Amino acid sequence: MKESSPLNLYKFLPKTNCGECGEKTCMAFAAGLIARERMIEECTPLFDPKKQKKYAKKLTQIKEVLAPEVALIYVGTGDRQLKVGGEDVMYRHQMTYINKPPFAYDVTDAMDEADLVERVKLIHGWRKFYIGNWEEVEMVAVRSVTGDPDKFAKCVKKVMENTDKPLILCSFDPKVLKAGLELAAEKRPLIYAANKDNWKEVAQLAYDYKVPVTLSSPFDLDGLKSLALTFREMGLKDLVLDPGTAPNGEKLQESLHNFIKLRRAAVEEGQRDFNYPVMSIPLSAWFTTDDPVRGAYWESALAATFVIRGAGIMIRHSMEPHSVMPDMHLRFNIYTDPRSPVQVKPGLYKVGKPDETSPVYLTTNFALTYYTVESDLGSNEIDSYLLAVDTEGIGVQASVAGGQITPSKIKDSFAEAGVDFEKTSHRSFILPGMCARFSGELEELYGYKVKVLVGPEDSGRIPGWMKTQWPPKWEE
Amino acid sequence: MGEKKIKLSDLNKQLADMNVKSLEGIKIEGDIELEIETGAGGVGPLFAYYFGEEVAKVAVQLVNMAKAFGYPIDSLLQPVAVAEAIAPPEIKEAAPAFKIPDTLAKAKFEVGTDKTWKHQIQEVVLGATKADGGSRGNTVTIGGEKALPFFYDAPMPHRPVVTMDVFDMPIGMAKAVKMHYEDVMNDPAEWAKKCVNEFGADLVTIHLISTDPLVKDTSPQDAAKVVEDVLQAVDVPICIGGSGNPEKDPLVLGKGSEAAQGERALIASANLNMDWEAIGRSCVDNGNVCLSWTQLEINAQKELNRKLMKVAGVPRGDIVMDPTTAALAYGLDFAYSNMERIRLGGLKGDEELTFPMSSGTTNAWGVREAWMVRSPNKHDSDWGDRMLRGPVWEIITGFSLAMAGVDIFMMMHPFAVAYLQEITQSLMGLVKAETPDTANWITMEA
Repeated sequence: MKESSPLNLYKFLPKTNCGECGEKTCMAFAAGLIARERMIEECTPLFDPKKQKKYAKKLTQIKEVLAPEVALIYVGTGDRQLKVGGEDVMYRHQMTYINKPPFAYDVTDAMDEADLVERVKLIHGWRKFYIGNWEEVEMVAVRSVTGDPDKFAKCVKKVMENTDKPLILCSFDPKVLKAGLELAAEKRPLIYAANKDNWKEVAQLAYDYKVPVTLSSPFDLDGLKSLALTFREMGLKDLVLDPGTAPNGEKLQESLHNFIKLRRAAVEEGQRDFNYPVMSIPLSAWFTTDDPVRGAYWESALAATFVIRGAGIMIRHSMEPHSVMPDMHLRFNIYTDPRSPVQVKPGLYKVGKPDETSPVYLTTNFALTYYTVESDLGSNEIDSYLLAVDTEGIGVQASVAGGQITPSKIKDSFAEAGVDFEKTSHRSFILPGMCARFSGELEELYGYKVKVLVGPEDSGRIPGWMKTQWPPKWEE
Repeated sequence: MGEKKIKLSDLNKQLADMNVKSLEGIKIEGDIELEIETGAGGVGPLFAYYFGEEVAKVAVQLVNMAKAFGYPIDSLLQPVAVAEAIAPPEIKEAAPAFKIPDTLAKAKFEVGTDKTWKHQIQEVVLGATKADGGSRGNTVTIGGEKALPFFYDAPMPHRPVVTMDVFDMPIGMAKAVKMHYEDVMNDPAEWAKKCVNEFGADLVTIHLISTDPLVKDTSPQDAAKVVEDVLQAVDVPICIGGSGNPEKDPLVLGKGSEAAQGERALIASANLNMDWEAIGRSCVDNGNVCLSWTQLEINAQKELNRKLMKVAGVPRGDIVMDPTTAALAYGLDFAYSNMERIRLGGLKGDEELTFPMSSGTTNAWGVREAWMVRSPNKHDSDWGDRMLRGPVWEIITGFSLAMAGVDIFMMMHPFAVAYLQEITQSLMGLVKAETPDTANWITMEA
């Protein structure tokens, strides 16, 4: 959607202020649509069969206006449903990127069963805590290495027994794909791929099993568009485009150019007949090396390239922590909504079940910092209080430098939160190590009735610090 | 407010006219009542919209007023949870018969370039050879772009370059980094040589951190001597960094700049919180290049660039910007978009932004994921070997910002330097390699 004024959407709404969407007015709902916080389906009167005559035209019109510039495709079902594409801007600061590209890690039908199960479990169970959430892997890509439909089916079955994450079924042989679809179609996997040789058979499969399909035309955007227009004409519109991901040489530059061209055509030029989400395959890094470290590093570099420049979905290989972790974080950072401040509400929080003997920590209200400290305390079962000082969402080190956190502000924040140190057994609190130089002034501010302890510079070291420094010793 | 009725727009105006000082002693009593006269048709949508807009303006003024009184208003304004997106219900349409055509549709894909990119980023030459009054063996040119990095709109005239960090005293560093520098930690000249000869540094940065009054408080004269040693040890262009102490850096960088007279060294850096004018002038007086450093704020960056040019007299060709590098998983999103906006601003002709950019990529090592042995969170999946994890943190931090427009990277880990150079040069098409046939990736053995 390019529209930015609620007024221009309002005219397509019923204008009855019926409130069924939960908003008081249709204008407020229109504003919610502009902010991408509401969906048109929540305006139930527009979809009421009895009112079809009245609203059909409006509905068609507003859907056209609201349609994302990059088409939105659904993969998987139920809780595991994933959104692929659906983007509206070229650069993230123009609004936000919306649907982070799912990472599908590969398994093959040539793996022996034990290895297969182990890898699926690794993919399924991978997780990392970050800013109050768990980052996880979204998908599994099943590759047919053997070319044998029976082996592929067996592999898909085994994968499905060990994970409910959505699948990408990968083969250029329609017989192999069909064998996988027989088992997995109900879960709406993505199939990979139709190309210039097999497109008729694969189109039939996509139609018969009602699944989204990838179109592959490496380094040939005319050919890719030709496939897309053909599928579209057949009524198959749940499409993903694979323009090729070369791992090195000048072809790598060409790959990036193609991604930029496709994004620009969809978002900046509004080429609505060829605006499908794009797939990148950083797994191709492994064509260039047998060295496990180099392979993982290069795969990460390729993944970063295409996460930043618009891939809608990715097929990955390296599950090494030194590849998965940076890529997950990069994706998170690039898809963070720049419109909403990453802050927590300032104030006093409880971690675990603290009482009057528990330590009192403080940090800033920058969400990343806050959740990091909270998770370091919580996961180490340290019952404690944690004060989030209002630094306008700036981290500890920067707010010390920039004056958003000062000794008097810390004292005021404790007072506002109603903390009375006389009621604690230890009469103390713990400063972040980065604020060490505030300790003297703070003790003075409290008239030396409160002990100000200096904690570690990284909250990950709090458990070790507690062993030697807690509880504080008063000298009297 | 009593009985007096005022128009909404008047209220708004009155509130806007009040500044914080004049609020002292004001009392507001009773509820504020607003009466709205509506016509026979009730509140029309257009009226409701504009009325809402006016009310919102009043609310902003009231919020500011509440803040001025010290009321913790922000606690009332936390964003409500965003409605969970829901999948659209299936809409039953009469399915047309499915028919597979005999042949593929003919198609030609066409796409244009960005026509708003009309301006070129300033080229800046770092280093000066004998012919130009310096003593460097080569110069390095950065900037000159006419498009975002690696876009097809226009080729990048110069490849991104790396300046490797050298410190004037031993410092604490992550184990994965330290192992490469343990033998040279006490000798900045040897350290610089190692960076150039063994790790392929395009430039080196000598960080004069011992000058910080809270560290060793070494004198600006001592610092100048270290700069001379480094200039003797290597013949690549150099950068000269201070300790970050806003009082002392102008003195230290002034002496450092004198020691590197005529060398077109990059002086790191001038900042709005310090005597930027003195630093800017010392660059002009000694023929060096000024690094204009701001903290993740595009308008501050414009302001400092403007002041360096207009007040300190630094020529356009002698300015590089450091808009601050927040590392991967630690605010990279801010750094990335700030830099991308700055570069787009420059390309579109904002003359206060058309300068090359620098990144303190070494910041990546401050992120716990780069250096910690294992996760402090017991429920995380295994973090693996930190000796492998750290370098990739530096690579991805630097490379992401290369995509946003950074021209020169301050870095530490030799692997990270090598990978950053390889990926950026690959995306420029400079790395010739036989590309394997990836069409059969499905059956790849890996």
